Amino acid sequence: MNFLNVDLLIIGGGPAGLAAAYGAYNAGIRDILIVERDHRLGGILNQCIHNGFGLHRFKEELTGPEYAQRYIDMLKDTSVKVVSDSMVLDLSADRVATIMSSKEGLRKIQGKAVVLAMGCRERSRGAISIPGDRVAGVYTAGAAQKYCNIDGYLVGKRVVILGSGDIGLIMARRMTLEGAKVLADVELMPYSNGLNRNIAQCLNDFDIPLYLSHTVTDIIADEDNKRVKKVVISKVDENRRPIPGSEVEFECDTLLLSVGLIPENELSTKAGVILDKRTRGPLVKDNLETSVEGIFACGNVLQVHDLVDNVSAEGERAGLGAANFINNGEVKGDLVEAVPGEGVSYLCPQLITKEGEYVDLFFRVRTPTSNCKIVAKVGDKVVRSIPKIKVIPSEMESIRIKKADLLDKKVVVQLEAK
Amino acid sequence: MIKEFVCISCPRGCNLKVDTETLKVEGNSCPRGEAYGKAEVTNPVRTITSTVKIKGAESPRVSVRTDKPISKQLMFKVMEELDKVELKAPCKVGDIVIKGIFGTDVNIVVTKEMKGV
Ligand SMILES: Cc1cc2nc3c(=O)[nH]c(=O)nc-3n(C[C@H](O)[C@H](O)[C@H](O)COP(=O)(O)OP(=O)(O)OC[C@H]3O[C@@H](n4cnc5c(N)ncnc54)[C@H](O)[C@@H]3O)c2cc1C
Ligand code: SF4
Repeated sequence: MNFLNVDLLIIGGGPAGLAAAYGAYNAGIRDILIVERDHRLGGILNQCIHNGFGLHRFKEELTGPEYAQRYIDMLKDTSVKVVSDSMVLDLSADRVATIMSSKEGLRKIQGKAVVLAMGCRERSRGAISIPGDRVAGVYTAGAAQKYCNIDGYLVGKRVVILGSGDIGLIMARRMTLEGAKVLADVELMPYSNGLNRNIAQCLNDFDIPLYLSHTVTDIIADEDNKRVKKVVISKVDENRRPIPGSEVEFECDTLLLSVGLIPENELSTKAGVILDKRTRGPLVKDNLETSVEGIFACGNVLQVHDLVDNVSAEGERAGLGAANFINNGEVKGDLVEAVPGEGVSYLCPQLITKEGEYVDLFFRVRTPTSNCKIVAKVGDKVVRSIPKIKVIPSEMESIRIKKADLLDKKVVVQLEAK
Repeated sequence: MIKEFVCISCPRGCNLKVDTETLKVEGNSCPRGEAYGKAEVTNPVRTITSTVKIKGAESPRVSVRTDKPISKQLMFKVMEELDKVELKAPCKVGDIVIKGIFGTDVNIVVTKEMKGV
């Protein structure tokens, strides 16, 4: 089998992987290889043809493919190499990746450092166990998006959407514009998980009703038992249990699921990388190094992001972290733990090194909360407090903390009333 | 009359209140929000993104957009026009597909590079 050595091996050529390459290149690393299983670079951005990307990074509103092209162009005149149509099958703790490609067959590549940038996948019907007939016509919103925007066919004509995450909302508009009738968007929680702007421009613009505190309680097959014929939804109580008698039926041929994303960490686990139960991504230090020396992580494989601009920034930091590791070895010194407190569902990074002046901790709140403050505490001492008019789970928050304030103790970030 | 909108100009999604007579906008956090609020009560516009057919490329569709927002009322008419278009690979980001659609100053442009196969 072919064996190759590189300085930096990046697994995944989506926005996270591209930014990691850019970050490492700018930090002086020249021998960089991106391995991508798809035919083209850009990851999920290739199917996100709507606009809304890049306001922070490029001060311009771009579509997904345009945003990807910017980073591809930024790497054009560099020594960064790409192998596409190549899938990483295995990764070991000593950073050897086993790669399968149709052109080159099977080979092994070892990196002095590795960046994990494999993205995430969508939760499916099985993952949330919806009752009813097992028939065709049930798709994840992202799969429907790919069929529509890449392959050019519409998965159905009369559609119900479960979940009000951004991908579901974007698909409600997309399918409507393509001539489908979207009958309802159904959300289990009493609030939407998508951005307000997407409720406005994807549902309200087309008079698509949003049913909050509702869920799908039955899927009924057509006569041939082949395709969805009806979807039944019910109101839920405060414990999210369906209320009998509240059923509403929709005659439709398609149910789209937009019920969450899960970081794609099979490879990470093979390499012995420890995952955080909360993020379902690797446990990382603030240089984005995982529990395995020399293996770094960024983008949706690390924590599910809602904005690609944040993915790129994180990717560049992972690239820088990997470059520092290649040049100077492992960061020395004790680590300080970052722990989510009341009202905060996770913190990323989970461990803080002594290197650098400050650390940015990213997190999500548990429930929508008004007039509150985000507080970082070391022992009893408040080291940072940010007042907020409103925070919601669908928007990632961050707090910057001075490392000098940590005093070798753990830091807790929590939500408090104003 | 006061009308309420969610500003769609950035992910923040500010809640706007617009006076339909004086065109005074409240609730915006930046000038873009003011412009959006005014347009919503005078001539609402949207950026339209979709795909058109392409021959000789790795996949049968290529993504396109309006290069500026266009009157909201024209959304479905734009979609009909896009149905009639067929491109040939190669093409690159920014290539004009339809110039000045419906006599406006809005162009339909390609948003994805497609190499020929
Ligand atoms: C359907 C969908 C719609 C979204 N819409 C928006 C939006 O409107 N606006 C926004 O700002 N954000 C949006 N997001 C968020 C989006 O996830 C991020 O913006 C960003 O695309 C994540 O980048 P990434 O590089 O981490 O992952 P991805 O873009 O998923 O890239 C991961 C890459 O790794 C490759 N890969 C995975 N495993 C392997 C392997 N074993 N070997 C080789 N290659 C591999 C994949 O093929 C892929 O190219 C959306 C996400 C999804 C899933
Ligand atoms: S008003 Fe400004 S900050 Fe608020 S949503 Fe609109 S563009 Fe964004």
